[in-house]
Amino acid sequence: MGVREAAFMHGLKLILRNALRHKLRTALTVVGLLVAVLAYGLLQTVVDAWYAGAQAASNARLVTRNAISLVFSLPVSYEARIRGVDGVTRVARSSWFGGIYQEPKNFFPQFAISDNYLDLYPEFVLPESQRQAYLRDRKGCLVGRQLANQFGFKVGDVLPIRGTIYPGTWEFVIRGIFDGADSTKVTRLMLFHWDYLNESVKKTAARRAEQVGVYIVGISDPENAASISRAIDAVFKNSLAETLTETEQAFQLGFVAMSNEIIAAIRIVSYVVILIIMAVMANTMAMSARERTTEYATLKALGFGPGFITLLIFGESVAICVVGGGLGLLATPPAAAMFKTLTGGVFPIFEVSPLTLGLQAACAVTVGIMAAVVPAFRASSVRIVEGLRAIG
Amino acid sequence: MRPVVEIRNLTKSYRRGGEIVPVLQDLTFDIADGDFVALMGPSGSGKSTLLNLIAGIDKPDGGTLLVGGIDITVLSEAELADWRARNVGFIFQFYNLMPVLTAFENIELPLLLTGLSGSERKEHVEAALAMVGLTDRMEHYPSQLSGGQQQRVAIARAIITDPTILVADEPTGDLDRASAEDILALMDRLNTELEKTIIMVTHDPYAARRARAIRHLEKGVLTRGQEKT
Repeated sequence: MGVREAAFMHGLKLILRNALRHKLRTALTVVGLLVAVLAYGLLQTVVDAWYAGAQAASNARLVTRNAISLVFSLPVSYEARIRGVDGVTRVARSSWFGGIYQEPKNFFPQFAISDNYLDLYPEFVLPESQRQAYLRDRKGCLVGRQLANQFGFKVGDVLPIRGTIYPGTWEFVIRGIFDGADSTKVTRLMLFHWDYLNESVKKTAARRAEQVGVYIVGISDPENAASISRAIDAVFKNSLAETLTETEQAFQLGFVAMSNEIIAAIRIVSYVVILIIMAVMANTMAMSARERTTEYATLKALGFGPGFITLLIFGESVAICVVGGGLGLLATPPAAAMFKTLTGGVFPIFEVSPLTLGLQAACAVTVGIMAAVVPAFRASSVRIVEGLRAIG
Repeated sequence: MRPVVEIRNLTKSYRRGGEIVPVLQDLTFDIADGDFVALMGPSGSGKSTLLNLIAGIDKPDGGTLLVGGIDITVLSEAELADWRARNVGFIFQFYNLMPVLTAFENIELPLLLTGLSGSERKEHVEAALAMVGLTDRMEHYPSQLSGGQQQRVAIARAIITDPTILVADEPTGDLDRASAEDILALMDRLNTELEKTIIMVTHDPYAARRARAIRHLEKGVLTRGQEKT
């Protein structure tokens, strides 16, 4: 073993023993790091969850809506004209219902859809028998697996929904429960017959009948999404209800963009948490290094170079951060699962991504390195005679 | 025989506020190989500064300082660190042991810079422990040892690399009389049996009497010729 290797191995021993020298201080710092890395991971996962729906959305589907605002609907007569545009393979209707199940906090999306809607969503997997049962029942509805699990819905249950946009209490019978083709698909929603909604509205508010919230447009080639979108909008140019067509993903991202400030705030908070723990860690390391000034001076007197002192301080700082950060990393997936349960399904997809885990690890190591910079510089550059005079 | 330490016109001053305070003024003297010299003088006389300069942990403002024939005043920081590792053994007043390392590991520290194998280091450390009479305490941490035992560990650490000189700054200053006597006896053995050159700073006339020669400093100058004890 050479000089460097022997000094390095001895250095590792010193690093570990120094780290455990003040057990309470180290334990508290590790706990602080654990909490910070965990908080960072959860906040990043919240941001990811926000985008989850949009990221799972397809580029092979277009959404055509009223160009003025999503609040305004489109005439049902547009359906046939959209279908006539080159490259369009299917057109389905979808209207936001916005009802309340039992109480407002139980919010989940409800859409009135045309019968061909599910043909455009192969990612929603529904047994054929349930699909047929749904198609046969005018008051039938479909619920996603995540929603069914949240409220304990079963096929055959009656689902009373109090309308807000469409007043009255609406009763639906659950005829099917659909699954997502994979774990990234949001299935926390309810679908029912647009015809049922339209017929009911005709009786109560005829003026609002024969209207569609948005059209979901299937296209033959996603490469042509932009040109087909332009072609659809051109059809309705200068009409009373001009349209805005975009890919489903862009449409969903538009929704997310409405919450940009909130997302930005969450991101900022997640980094502030890391900055705070970095300051705490830097203070811990500064304290430790200051207490050991005489020891570092002694090592230098014995012939150890500033590099060895730097190694000791960086090593200790990174070791503490790796332990704290590692525990934070391990705690993140179960904490995320608990968070998902406690938030009552507000985030149907709340999974810690590998990127988030990577960022957490990177943050922990960065904190370890950054916290040691100043103490290591000071300790390694201290003059031996001054260091030997220092009171540890 | 050429002296092991040759000091010529050595000067050193410190800046205190805006004022320059001279500590050592035009100091010239030699220390013979195998000598045991006590540096005495009142506080602020410059004896510790002189010891630091000889040990290569501080740099003079002027003059030359040869230790073992090498002018250490012209060495860079890195060269000085290497030189200290090979040529200087330190004995401090407060022992300056690493509290997280055992007696064995503390003594082993300087050997890490020598390129010896693990088994060779072990052999050397065990010999040094036997020399200072602490073989049965090798696994003890400094906090588990008395002051005298800690200083003996520090002495073992100082001699482990067989350095050219041993520098001791008030080695008995933190010890009771009995422990101090043990340490002085041990240093005496190092000097007589191993022929180690020892330069010791002390306030204690009793400790100084164990040296072969005493040098008195006052206000940075040697006030008397070398006294034989």
